[in-house]
Amino acid sequence: MIARALGAGAAIILLGAAGVWVITAPEPLPAAMIEGPPGDAQRGATIFAAAGCAACHIAPEAEIDDAPVLSGGRAFASPFGTFHAPNISPSPQGVGDWSDAEIMDAVMRGVAPSGAHYYPALPYTAYALVEPQDMRDLIAHLRTLPPSEAESLPHELPFPFSIRRMVGIWKRLNMSDDWTLEGEISPQATRGRYIAEALAHCGECHTPRGPLGGLDRSRWLAGAENPSGDGRIPNITPAGLDWSEEDIAYYLESGFTPDFDTAGGEMALVVEEMGRLTAEDRAAVAAYLKSVPPVE
Amino acid sequence: MIHLRRSAIAAAALALLAAPLSAEVFEPKKAQELRESHMKLMGAHLGVLGTMAKGEMEYDANVASAAAEALAGLAQGTNGNYWVEGSSTEDLEDSRALPELWQDMEDVGQKAAALRDATQAMQEAAGTDLAALQGAMKSVGDACGDCHKAYRKPEE
Repeated sequence: MIARALGAGAAIILLGAAGVWVITAPEPLPAAMIEGPPGDAQRGATIFAAAGCAACHIAPEAEIDDAPVLSGGRAFASPFGTFHAPNISPSPQGVGDWSDAEIMDAVMRGVAPSGAHYYPALPYTAYALVEPQDMRDLIAHLRTLPPSEAESLPHELPFPFSIRRMVGIWKRLNMSDDWTLEGEISPQATRGRYIAEALAHCGECHTPRGPLGGLDRSRWLAGAENPSGDGRIPNITPAGLDWSEEDIAYYLESGFTPDFDTAGGEMALVVEEMGRLTAEDRAAVAAYLKSVPPVE
Repeated sequence: MIHLRRSAIAAAALALLAAPLSAEVFEPKKAQELRESHMKLMGAHLGVLGTMAKGEMEYDANVASAAAEALAGLAQGTNGNYWVEGSSTEDLEDSRALPELWQDMEDVGQKAAALRDATQAMQEAAGTDLAALQGAMKSVGDACGDCHKAYRKPEE
């Protein structure tokens, strides 16, 4: 009798464990998304800038120029621990030996070549919406950048956040295959939505997060605590940002605010990247920001 | 008339420069107030140039030149006696000057020199044509931003 109860208990635990194992399993991209024409490195340079890869993956204190060294090493504080951006330069220590498919799985699904989950410090919830051809172009450009031999630093995460497998549950709660701004918007704002939501991942800093670190999409771009502890990241919905579209576009081009102060902090790096886009694309981002719902 | 106005602006800029040079050192709070006023003055002249660069105001070579001249004059004085020990974010509640500024004055000096170069180039460009002015805005913005990125606390 006791043995039977024990057996049943063990079976339930095993079933439960199997269930957790299944729902936490990494999901790579379907083959149809990965296959396609080879990437165009020149076109990829602009995609790369829009996606803001360099801002996080350059060495601490380094400058972003036309050929940044993506050696990694910058530290990012969060309520869950400190993340270190890895080396993603085309070298053996970086992603030089990875296939395009492996890089796409990493960036668009948060799945490492080993099959392990990446932590969402890498904004794959945004990059999941990037057009596969844009991603192939970006990767072609990435492979032209200077290699770095720097070893990537491990993250500093306390238990239980140190269990990567659990990121699988986080992904089930937070991965989305659709846009946050829904409904009828102009073609210009639609282009802006693609840049802002998928490539430039504006929401990663400008949208507040829930207790598990997922974005609170009901307060999209309404401003958030700065995880570094310094001040607040501003509300850029029409309720918080009353700049004209021209002002926004010029800020993204030059870093000058409407009263001719300059962009500071992390946003200065973002502006450097946005300055590499076309004037049409910056205007599109401005049109998009005017289309999102105002959130006080 | 325009010439007169220009001289007046230059004289005002010089008077502003003379003040920090003649004083040994300001009280920390005073230094903070003065440097912030100085930055806002630069912002005002930059505003004239930037409003033209954005196309929100018609390009006028004389107006642009006068603004550029005043800006370049002000840029000569950014590394004066404003950076007084005891006026960082750690010392004054509403200061935005990070303590790092005092740890690498050589770098601060280089960044100030970059601003002087950029504003001098703007003096040349502002009177030439709109395209030249727009081009020169970029290096002025980079010079402002480089120092702000390194040594100014982000806004709350």
